[in-house]
Amino acid sequence: MQPFKNINGLVVPLDRPNVDTDAIIPKQFLKSIKRTGFGKYLFDEWRYLDHGEPDMDCSNRPLNKEFVLNQPRYEGAEILLARDNFGCGSSREHAPWALQDYGFRVIIAPSFADIFYNNCFKNGLLPIVLDGVTVDRLFEETQADKSYRLDVDLEQQTVTTPAGDHFDFDVDPFRKQALLQGLDEIGLTLQHADEIAAYEERRRKEQPWLFFEN
Amino acid sequence: MAGKTLYDKIWDAHVVREDDNGASLLYIDRHLLHEVTSPQAFEGLRLAGRKPWRATSNLAVPDHNVPTDNRERGITDLVSKIQVKTLDQNCSEFGITEYPMNDVRQGIVHVIGPEQGFTLPGMTIVCGDSHTSTHGAFGALAFGIGTSEVEHALATQTLVQKKSKSMRITANGKLPRGVYAKDLILAIIGQIGTAGGTGYTIEFAGEAVRDLSMEGRMTMCNMAIEAGARAGLVAVDDKTIAYVEGRRFAPAGEQWERAVSAWKELVSDEDAVFDLEVELDASALAPQVTWGTSPEMVVSIADSVPNPAREPDEIRRNGMEKALAYMGLEADTPMSAIALDKVFIGSCTNSRIEDLRVAAQVAKGRKVADNIRLALVVPGSGLVKQQAEEEGLDVIFREAGFDWREPGCSMCLAMNADRLEPGERCASTSNRNFEGRQGQGGRTHLVSPAMAAAAAIAGHFTDVREML
Ligand code: SF4
Repeated sequence: MQPFKNINGLVVPLDRPNVDTDAIIPKQFLKSIKRTGFGKYLFDEWRYLDHGEPDMDCSNRPLNKEFVLNQPRYEGAEILLARDNFGCGSSREHAPWALQDYGFRVIIAPSFADIFYNNCFKNGLLPIVLDGVTVDRLFEETQADKSYRLDVDLEQQTVTTPAGDHFDFDVDPFRKQALLQGLDEIGLTLQHADEIAAYEERRRKEQPWLFFEN
Repeated sequence: MAGKTLYDKIWDAHVVREDDNGASLLYIDRHLLHEVTSPQAFEGLRLAGRKPWRATSNLAVPDHNVPTDNRERGITDLVSKIQVKTLDQNCSEFGITEYPMNDVRQGIVHVIGPEQGFTLPGMTIVCGDSHTSTHGAFGALAFGIGTSEVEHALATQTLVQKKSKSMRITANGKLPRGVYAKDLILAIIGQIGTAGGTGYTIEFAGEAVRDLSMEGRMTMCNMAIEAGARAGLVAVDDKTIAYVEGRRFAPAGEQWERAVSAWKELVSDEDAVFDLEVELDASALAPQVTWGTSPEMVVSIADSVPNPAREPDEIRRNGMEKALAYMGLEADTPMSAIALDKVFIGSCTNSRIEDLRVAAQVAKGRKVADNIRLALVVPGSGLVKQQAEEEGLDVIFREAGFDWREPGCSMCLAMNADRLEPGERCASTSNRNFEGRQGQGGRTHLVSPAMAAAAAIAGHFTDVREML
């Protein structure tokens, strides 16, 4: 995984609660057996006026001009500003893959669905929880100012507005570390292979039925 | 010291090590796989030259993409076909047991786990699928994971996890006749909201839950994720043990006795303290129907579509307006006046034998209304289908005008050919009414199997209690 670097990024506001993973990346794209190439289908049903299918060339598809990502002022945005319960629904990691492939590095919302939140960290994407009042304010400021950018510093755990206001955010230390260093989590876990094997041996004696061999 | 919750007990029994940075390494007993979220994980293993830690802890099945009719023709959608074939190849390459498409044991991953006794009380169970919460009905800690974690679980038999908070939802009293587990869980989601359980593991308790069959408990835990919780739990009791006994992967003989005495401990201690307690009166519930694009947008059948003008909160009001526009509904329309185009009885929420029996009871001797273009019944597994056919349920459904299909996820998410066309309205026993879930532009209303069957007969929503 790529390590997460601090960014100063353009912010795009997506003003609706409960944005689910079906909306982030519709199911027809889940038929892919690859991890890449999902960015052009991000929010497919909202972004385009026609129906998207896997492997479609998106360059000539009719765009929904109303949809915020299609507005020229938000081109190149790296920070997605969202509402409550972002990423609810299915466990598909295709959702963070699509966001990341599109170019997002940070998502800010008052709350995230658990599985989605967790999946972000595995893909170099930083989900930031800020309280509802702060998020309201960021929505207003973004909408008012065409070149609105936020500074995100993971090391310091702060979001800074162009006016210099800081907001602190929480992140679990183990997740922060993994993101900052771009760690191979499986490799790290396998450093404890002996402990896993010892646990397994003990359980095999205590509850042998857990290890039914078919 | 306060006692332990059921969640504490399972969690504690599975911690391999704790790190100072707040994460635990949790041992995983069972891992279920399907074709959609596993290919990239197997690819990752291959690239890193890794092998599954314990291949026999895994069980795989194709379910999302498989056709539900004309299986002898194979899969005609080429992209779906590649994905299913990729699963077959990965399972044979990595030595993982798979029930392929034409095996009678094939079915929806969350139906076959319990059916085979692969799901047992007290276990940790994961799957790259959010409805893994279903297996919590057995007093097992079961939750959905992403593809990176699928790879992690395959390679290490563990996951790096942080313990969640605990919530207990107590459903007091008895469910009235004609009101089912599905209505109870929809009412709960209506009460606490789709983010109400975020960050929690929910234990479902109380008389109404104790009274439920294992099928009903699975329906409830299945939708814990729709309440925002990654996992749902129900304490082990005699029903749990009776359900498990004699199944393919369940212990037998002397081990059975040992297992049963261990499983009897799988209840929350009386003095256990939960981070949050919620109560509701199950005896006051009526059949539920969703009207919007989120499972929390739900009302009783006797109610009308809510009016956004009466919603004081602006964000919620906007959400309601968007939902009504998408659903093509007018505020204040009585729910029973909403006409339907399609009906879907199936999905890991409601496709088990008990669900099919209840729906068949309603359909028996009646006919699907003329305005219904398609009424689908999709059993959860080949074995459920077989059982239903032994009981003659397929004949009842067919005579009434329903389509009787092969097992799979089908129109729950429409990755195969079963789907809604733009603007079509569906009464569905599945779990998600999100925009486009059952087909682009499709409009989904979530209901119980009894209510879905009643809607198929009437052509619009109707109170099934008048048909029982
Ligand atoms: S039936 Fe629906 S919810 Fe269940 S696993 Fe299949 S697609 Fe997911």
